Amino acid sequence: MDSYDVPESTPSASSRPEDYFVGATPLQKRLESIRKQTSFIPTPPRRKIPQCSQLQEDVDPQKVAFLLHKQWTLYSLTPLYKFSYSNLKEYSRLLNAFIVAEKQKGLAVEVGEDFNIKVIFSTLLGMKGTQRDPEAFLVQILSKSQLPSENREGKVLWTGWFCCIFGDSLLETVSEDFTCLPLFLANGAESNTAIIGTWFQKTFDCYFSPLAINAFNLSWMAAMWTACKVDHYVATTEFLWSVPCSPQSLDISYAIHPEDAKALWDSIHKTPGEVTQEEVDLFMDCLYSHFHRHFKIHLSATRLVRVSTSVASAHTDGKIKILCHKYLIGVLAYLTELAVFQIE
Amino acid sequence: MSPQKRVKNVKAQNRTSQGSNSFQTTLSAWKVKQGASNSKNISKHGQNNPVGDYEHADDQAEDALQMAVGYFEKGPIKTSQNKDKTLEKHLKTVENVAWKNGLASEEIDILLNIALSGKFGNAVNTRILKCMIPATVISQDSVVKAVSWLCVDKCSGSTKVLFYRWLVAMFDFIDRKEQINLLYGFFFASLQDDALCPYVCHLLYLLTKKENGEIENGKLILFQGMQPHLQALLSLYKFFAPALISVSLPVRKKIYFKNSENLWKMALLAVKQRNRGPSPEPLKLMLGQANVRPLKRKWNSLSVIPVLNSSSYTKECGKKEMSLYDCLNRSGSFPLEQLKSFPQLLQNIHCLELPSQMGSVLNNSLLLHYINCVRDEPVLLRFYYWLSQTLQEECIWYKVNNYEHGKEFTNFLDTIIRAECFLQEGFYSCEAFLYKSLPLWDGLCCRSQFLQLVSWIPFSSFSEVKPLLFDHLAQLFFTSTIYFKCSVLQSLKELLQNWLLWLSMDIHMKPVTDSPLETTLGGSMNSVSKLIHYVGWLSTTAVRLESNSTFLLHFILDFYEKVCDIYINYNLPLVVLFPPGIFYSALLSLDSSILNQLCFIMHRYRKNLTAAKKNELVQKTKSEFNFSSKTYQEFNHYLTSMVGCLWTSKPFGKGIYIDPEILEKTGVTEYKNSLNVIHHPSFLSYAVSFLMLQTLPRERGGNREKGKKWSWYLDYLFSQGLQGLKLFIRSTEGINYNNQY
Repeated sequence: MDSYDVPESTPSASSRPEDYFVGATPLQKRLESIRKQTSFIPTPPRRKIPQCSQLQEDVDPQKVAFLLHKQWTLYSLTPLYKFSYSNLKEYSRLLNAFIVAEKQKGLAVEVGEDFNIKVIFSTLLGMKGTQRDPEAFLVQILSKSQLPSENREGKVLWTGWFCCIFGDSLLETVSEDFTCLPLFLANGAESNTAIIGTWFQKTFDCYFSPLAINAFNLSWMAAMWTACKVDHYVATTEFLWSVPCSPQSLDISYAIHPEDAKALWDSIHKTPGEVTQEEVDLFMDCLYSHFHRHFKIHLSATRLVRVSTSVASAHTDGKIKILCHKYLIGVLAYLTELAVFQIE
Repeated sequence: MSPQKRVKNVKAQNRTSQGSNSFQTTLSAWKVKQGASNSKNISKHGQNNPVGDYEHADDQAEDALQMAVGYFEKGPIKTSQNKDKTLEKHLKTVENVAWKNGLASEEIDILLNIALSGKFGNAVNTRILKCMIPATVISQDSVVKAVSWLCVDKCSGSTKVLFYRWLVAMFDFIDRKEQINLLYGFFFASLQDDALCPYVCHLLYLLTKKENGEIENGKLILFQGMQPHLQALLSLYKFFAPALISVSLPVRKKIYFKNSENLWKMALLAVKQRNRGPSPEPLKLMLGQANVRPLKRKWNSLSVIPVLNSSSYTKECGKKEMSLYDCLNRSGSFPLEQLKSFPQLLQNIHCLELPSQMGSVLNNSLLLHYINCVRDEPVLLRFYYWLSQTLQEECIWYKVNNYEHGKEFTNFLDTIIRAECFLQEGFYSCEAFLYKSLPLWDGLCCRSQFLQLVSWIPFSSFSEVKPLLFDHLAQLFFTSTIYFKCSVLQSLKELLQNWLLWLSMDIHMKPVTDSPLETTLGGSMNSVSKLIHYVGWLSTTAVRLESNSTFLLHFILDFYEKVCDIYINYNLPLVVLFPPGIFYSALLSLDSSILNQLCFIMHRYRKNLTAAKKNELVQKTKSEFNFSSKTYQEFNHYLTSMVGCLWTSKPFGKGIYIDPEILEKTGVTEYKNSLNVIHHPSFLSYAVSFLMLQTLPRERGGNREKGKKWSWYLDYLFSQGLQGLKLFIRSTEGINYNNQY
């Protein structure tokens, strides 16, 4: 094949490429950043090991406890247009009406007070990485008890929350009409998520996409979470690989004592406070070769689908469960990064 | 106005006037078209019948249905002996088709008319009404016509009741509702009929908007019966205009209406299923990438593109205590639903209520205009995000188990391309999508659409885009079939054209508006010339890979037909010549049309270069865009080769130099003559037919005689449509004629 080289261009005007686009519009700037993102390796080769953030101190501990130990389904969300934190009450009312209308489509309903569900919007104060991050907020659907004697606040039917932890790269590119909360986590019936998501999409012109976590990012999670210092381990470190074979896929589970995993990590880890791509690869390679020595199976030829540690567990389907209060912000920061990558 | 502008307009018209399947990449659309014509049979009866297996059986059913509809249209034939039998047969046919595949909206239109016009008896009307099941949608006009039959009282009360029940049940499948909404008053008046009242109430409940609430609720106080259906309607009015309804309504009442849908329950499900598209294929075994969760993507709506709704909803959220007056007359802003014409858009452009979901503009040409001229960042950003995410979500090769939605994705891309053609401008979201998806593309999926997206990449620095896009495209190009190569060349030609149009507009508009790209002309020209060199490189290699295929050469020369005319057609200071690999392949081609095209291009190059030279002389001032003498030298070199071959019969002297010794070794004795116009292999067939046509006196030698024959032959060639050759020879006439022997 011919080598591709551009002959000297005909017009002899001198111009360096960086002179071309000086006063570009915001959209062009965005495109520029996408070009950069696409042309290099998508993820930076090094990341910080999650640290306990100062900002977390003013978080309502009850609310945090509520977020832990639940399985959340992840979505990425484009910036919300004309969302206002001062209208949360109004949003509750409107979303309430919308849900009732959706659920009883075709039937006439009384528009007013008498629903057997209740929608609550509330902010999650302090749930942010930097001061610039917009406030996270929580949406809950509660069932109202029919009997007045019972506690009016019934059980929680569905919960979803929106957050942005260290979302600087996204925040820089949008104007104040938008609220950037790129990470959305939902727990509850999928049909409810659909209705609520639809309402948000219609009201704030945003877009929800399921956020899957590929094997590459799962390995990063495995390494970063193993690197976290945990006071007492609540769960074993476990990996799940999937072997695609017919008629049913075969899963290989690989559980390690968390202290052994930590010891392995410490033997690999060099730069304090940081994790690099080489370290992640080496960590996984060590696990692979150990497994191969015992079972003669090359795990590198299979697909990593789940990682569980004492900090959190994540599934490739985009499901996450956060276990450790201390590293909540750290885990969310990485998920925010993935969500931002998906919407950019 | 400058000639460029006109060129653009004409181009735009051409493009938009083309069929929906072939906006640009006609070649790559071949396959698609074929597919489309195959599916036409199916789509004839049920818009998009998702299951192709029934095709043959359906054809027969279709004929029978046509006959049946024709029968009903004619009305009952009194004289016929076995009238009942025929009637029964046709009724059965209609029922069968209706319940199986649904009826097309035209068929419903006809049959509905018949059922309500009272041509047949009550029993027949009932049966017809019961099987008015749409394949996909019901046209609004049919409903309006049907309602007009109610006014003339041709049908019985029970038929009317059934009709209203049908209307309520099928409400969601009526394509538009504006006209029906105009009949609000008529429906309201029908409330007085006790038998109809419950169903009319339900219909009104579905139809009522804020405006109706205000107008009608005063009258409703008259019906104080408090039947559940009236309560429902009242509660709705009360919601819209609480101040005007003083009646207190009982709480905790959930079901107000009798269920009208019962009769059609199964049919309704079937229609919904049909409208949603084909059922998914069985899941395949997957390797590699992360599984994506099954499709919850289209949460609520049936189509990818959101429905147009004005954003009043959001606005109202903000103001909590809003008076009824404000609510009903949103003064100042112009609701989108009323936007119907371009003058309206112009008049209200300052107070247009924007859609709540910006993506909905894609289906609305007026709003596309708006998007195009508005430089409001939030508007563009909302559209950008929506389109980027939707493309990413819908793209069938981007995520593993998305393949069952191929058709839908193709349609979506078609819509985008239509919008881009309409605006004559590419979307940034599409460019970003290409960056992400091209490396994963197999070169087959939605090829036509995908390559059209390439041709709409907004103008930018070529060297920046190259590693992201064109390098990947080159890999696919070299490893794919000749057809793919041609399609790529075609779309690159269109890309070049779009860039040139954009630049030529931009240069002339610059003093007036703020160009989105702050570029220097030199930088822009540099980018364009890099694109041309890139295509030159692709072409040279492709010609070798495909061993000088004529078909491929056509597409390559088509590209250069654009290139050679940049200076004159677009008024841009750029002349780039073709690489030698292309020039000599075309010159030595065995196909006359290739040689003809080459002649034409050389002629145009000559025109452009002369024009450029003339301008230089006129302007005197050394502009920075004077072409280097190298370009002229290169052109002259080509010209010399060409004249040497075709005209002066000195083929390997100046242009292509081949050592005479080597030429001796080939053993061709008359190599000097063998490439001139008379002996050129590509004109062989012309030479034969010329000889057969003419009864020439036997050669007597003389140079004059020979010269005469030479020009007869040329005239013959020109008369055969070789215009390029004619133009080329005429424009190089200065070259000495007598050298030809």
